[in-house]
Amino acid sequence: MSGSRLPDGGRINRSVPVEFHWDNRRVSGFKGDTLASALMAHGETIFGRSFKYHRPRGIMSAGVEESGAIVTVGRGARRDPNVKATTQEIYNGLYAKGQNAWPNVRRDLGAVNSLFSRFFSAGFYYKTFMGIPPMEWGKGTGIWMQYEKLIRKAAGMGVASREPDPDIYDHGHLFCDVLVVGSGPAGLAAAVEAAKAGLDVVLVEQDFEIGGDYLNQSNTEAEQKRAAAIAELEKHGARVMTRTTAFGLYDYGVAGLLERVTDHLSEPASHMPRQRFLTLRTRHTILATGAMERTVAFGNNDTPGIMTAAAANTYVNRFGVLPGKQIIVATNNDSAYGPALTLAKTGAEVTLLDSRTSIPGNISGLLETKGVTVKTGAAALNANGKRGISSLDLATGTHAHWTAADTQECDLLLVSGGWSPVVNLLSHRGVRPVWNTDNLCFVAPEYDEPIQMAGSACAIWGTSDCEASGQAAGAAAVAAIKGQSVSTPAPKAGGWETPIDPLYEVSVEGKHLKSFIDPQHDVTADDVRLAHQEGFVSVEHLKRYTTLGMATDQGKMGNIIGLALMAEALGKEIPQVGTTTFRPPYTPISLGALTGRGKGAHFKALRRTPMHEWNLAHGATMTEAGLWQRPWYFAREGETITEAYIRETITTRETVGLVDVTSLGKIAIQGPDATELINRVYSNAFAKLPVGKARYGIMLRDDGIVMDDGTSWRFSETDYFMTTTTAHAAKVMVFLEELLQTRWSNLKVHVTSVSEQWAGSAVAGPKSRAVLEACVADPASVSNDALPFMGVIETTLKNGVPCRIARISFSGEMAYEMYVESDYAQSMMDLLWPAAQSFDGCLYGTETLGALRIEKGHVTGVELDGRATIDDAGLGKMASEQKSYIGSALRKRPDLTRTDRPQLVGIFPKDKTEKFKAGSVLCAEDKVEGHGDGWITAVTHSPSLGHWIGLGYINGGYDQWTDQTVVAADPVRTGNTNVEIVSPHMVDPSGERMRG
Amino acid sequence: MIRINCPFCGERDHSDFTYGGDGSIVYPELDAPAEEWVEAIFQRENIRGVQTETWHHVSGCRQWLVVERDTMTHEIHSIKAAHEGVAKVLEAGK
Ligand SMILES: [Zn+2]
Repeated sequence: MSGSRLPDGGRINRSVPVEFHWDNRRVSGFKGDTLASALMAHGETIFGRSFKYHRPRGIMSAGVEESGAIVTVGRGARRDPNVKATTQEIYNGLYAKGQNAWPNVRRDLGAVNSLFSRFFSAGFYYKTFMGIPPMEWGKGTGIWMQYEKLIRKAAGMGVASREPDPDIYDHGHLFCDVLVVGSGPAGLAAAVEAAKAGLDVVLVEQDFEIGGDYLNQSNTEAEQKRAAAIAELEKHGARVMTRTTAFGLYDYGVAGLLERVTDHLSEPASHMPRQRFLTLRTRHTILATGAMERTVAFGNNDTPGIMTAAAANTYVNRFGVLPGKQIIVATNNDSAYGPALTLAKTGAEVTLLDSRTSIPGNISGLLETKGVTVKTGAAALNANGKRGISSLDLATGTHAHWTAADTQECDLLLVSGGWSPVVNLLSHRGVRPVWNTDNLCFVAPEYDEPIQMAGSACAIWGTSDCEASGQAAGAAAVAAIKGQSVSTPAPKAGGWETPIDPLYEVSVEGKHLKSFIDPQHDVTADDVRLAHQEGFVSVEHLKRYTTLGMATDQGKMGNIIGLALMAEALGKEIPQVGTTTFRPPYTPISLGALTGRGKGAHFKALRRTPMHEWNLAHGATMTEAGLWQRPWYFAREGETITEAYIRETITTRETVGLVDVTSLGKIAIQGPDATELINRVYSNAFAKLPVGKARYGIMLRDDGIVMDDGTSWRFSETDYFMTTTTAHAAKVMVFLEELLQTRWSNLKVHVTSVSEQWAGSAVAGPKSRAVLEACVADPASVSNDALPFMGVIETTLKNGVPCRIARISFSGEMAYEMYVESDYAQSMMDLLWPAAQSFDGCLYGTETLGALRIEKGHVTGVELDGRATIDDAGLGKMASEQKSYIGSALRKRPDLTRTDRPQLVGIFPKDKTEKFKAGSVLCAEDKVEGHGDGWITAVTHSPSLGHWIGLGYINGGYDQWTDQTVVAADPVRTGNTNVEIVSPHMVDPSGERMRG
Repeated sequence: MIRINCPFCGERDHSDFTYGGDGSIVYPELDAPAEEWVEAIFQRENIRGVQTETWHHVSGCRQWLVVERDTMTHEIHSIKAAHEGVAKVLEAGK
């Protein structure tokens, strides 16, 4: 192929030259060119090397179905592989390279793979995983392991950048009455019809220009119709979006759109997103998605210089590029005659081979007067030429039997093997296309969706029929939305004068040909036959075994040939073989667009407590707790985290410590039946909790497993304040709402999440009461009598801020939780902290919170992990036997009451100088293997005990393991440690300190 | 994307909601025998066709809804408030 720019014609803007880079050379084109058209104008033929065999590949089409000219665009962090040169607009500074080739596509050393092609046939991967025959048959994958790296390097598509994506991507939402996909003759007519009826219309076009097939026509009438339709749409306020692909259709009229905002710009403004991922909700959809010309299997049909007939027509009429001068057109249908004429008009030498034996004289006669040589009963058999087609071996006969004929020189071969309507989007809706025997293609069946198909997407071939079809689809959409009956008749499928010939492959006996059906994945006609021989009879299995249709184009060009060859091998017809299901996306979508802005710090929501700034100002190092930022530790100058938390733990046990507990879930439970609700959801008794008291409670799930633990404070007969763990706050709230709305709607009680409304600090340690006395307006209100263990008061701080205080302890010390309205969080801390400082107290974070609670054997989410029963967690004695509650029936299931279940235990190292890690597996000393007998959930250095301690679960509980050496096995990290199993209540087991 | 017409908020994407589960289950009394609870919690039908199920408008009004949905087509046949009293009031106001 030796393409060249025609002296005039085309839609390119010849007054705006564009300079870009191709394989490290500077090339120029014009505004309106694609990378393919610009490079074709420069005589470029090889754009890439094929997936397995490194065969040279060139331009095969002029659109999204491209399987040859697949390139890498951009460099550095913006390197984008597997871009179709046929859809990439050129812009100044565009940087593009051929791919899967070294050192470049013209001289590729990987082409040596071609010599081993028999090893890479269908099922290559499956077979090599079984061992490479004959040396290793059935012996596994030894050789594979050796060669895998080599093959991976040699086979494949482009290479993605490993740097973070520097671009931004937006997500957006759209609503409309009618979505029209495709702006060709049918799509424009449909959109105009709907917009004129006053409906809100969105028209999306994947191309950078509106017009579809109008753009490929050289007559002025086509351009006038296109312009008139665009003007009409503008007049009626339709939204027209170019460079936008409807990549998927989903339930309830939801369509996924990808808008490429800056992929065609040299220097996009920094605020512009590269792409927008749009979710559109429409009442009605019109699919005017067109049809794609397919090829035919024959020898070396992947040689550069072989493309579809319609593509050549597009390059001449739209881009002003002549793809070749000595041209053969091989067709089995009428559609290639137009392109043949277009090319002949440019002065090129054109021969047309028609596989059919009789064609109407008026068409062939017309061609011959224009200098086209027409041969009937003729087809392409085998292309010659290594780096581009130089001649073609012809075959004569019929599709039933071919005989080798003479060889004809050419530099361009155009193939038309029929047309495949783009039914992909309808297929996304679960509608299986049916085979149309007149037009040899899959079309939409009858279906029940608010979707209209129009134009060549319905196998309607003529431009004016497509326009009428679009208008009818638009009218049908209007009628459906306005509840009227439809009266506009739609044209029927077809439009060719002479029936299409069922030609899918050309071969002659005794001649071995390399005939590609999926060039992107290097799948050949022989691969399909081999798959059949090896027992693959289902089309879905064929696809997976040969990888036919699994490349980036999803078999847009090759699937039908594959099905036809499979049908032939099975002795069946194509409809009996069926087709594979198309799934979104229609064309590839970058991961960046799916991610949108939700990356880095925006990957998830950020929650900060109202005393976040105060904590930072007082030296906090923060850590993540779910979505929350919480103080981790407050290091003094030069302190490590370990030194800091040990100091904080000691200080809290000796004097007093303050910790931000705002992230705990908080729920207001109010109403005459508040007590009844609480008594039903907690496993322990709550019915008799007096006003002014709090109680620790454990909630189970319906299935008897622990859901969460927390406290509930009673302020009046009808008013409770429930706290939950930080981790399960949302879950508990949802569960209470579910119970009240779906099961117990007769209960008069209201639940409200007040987690954000209240900010809290725990005040823990022997001096905690003294600190409170210094902070509240009335020190007597917090005396031991006024506020005993588990007591609750509502009172006022010295600065007049109302607060609520409960005397509850997670640390095991005498301790309080104090809450104020969130806006007063910092003023509360400004009172508490000087008071704590006057007793040499400290601020502490989650690390010390953990150390204190592990010493006490208090459980958190890591112990209440969705598998533990209340008995496993050592809290079984709290569960009431006097009442029924959520989970009370199923917690008594036999398997949940086994005495050998894993139970909560404390863990000490045998050698007190040693430490061990959370996540270690607990094993009997003589049986360090498998899942062992338990696991470690949490560890800390215990300042109270002077050595490392842990919490965990072990089968049967600590009674079963007293005086035995147990191994904390941690084989892949720090190794094994000998430990002993103790009671989980490792410090102050009688709880004297907290009752203080 | 299923679009759910919340009786309180109007039509919204299903991503506004969380799926609850089988809405046809009548939960046993809390003091019912374990066998009844086993039946209600574990013995679930995997319905092909129209199923009654609960959805929670968790990013909206936080109301639980009872929805009749076809598991094959996602077609929704009916939506009402799960709370019986509220559902009655809404029905009466129609
Ligand atoms: Zn709602």
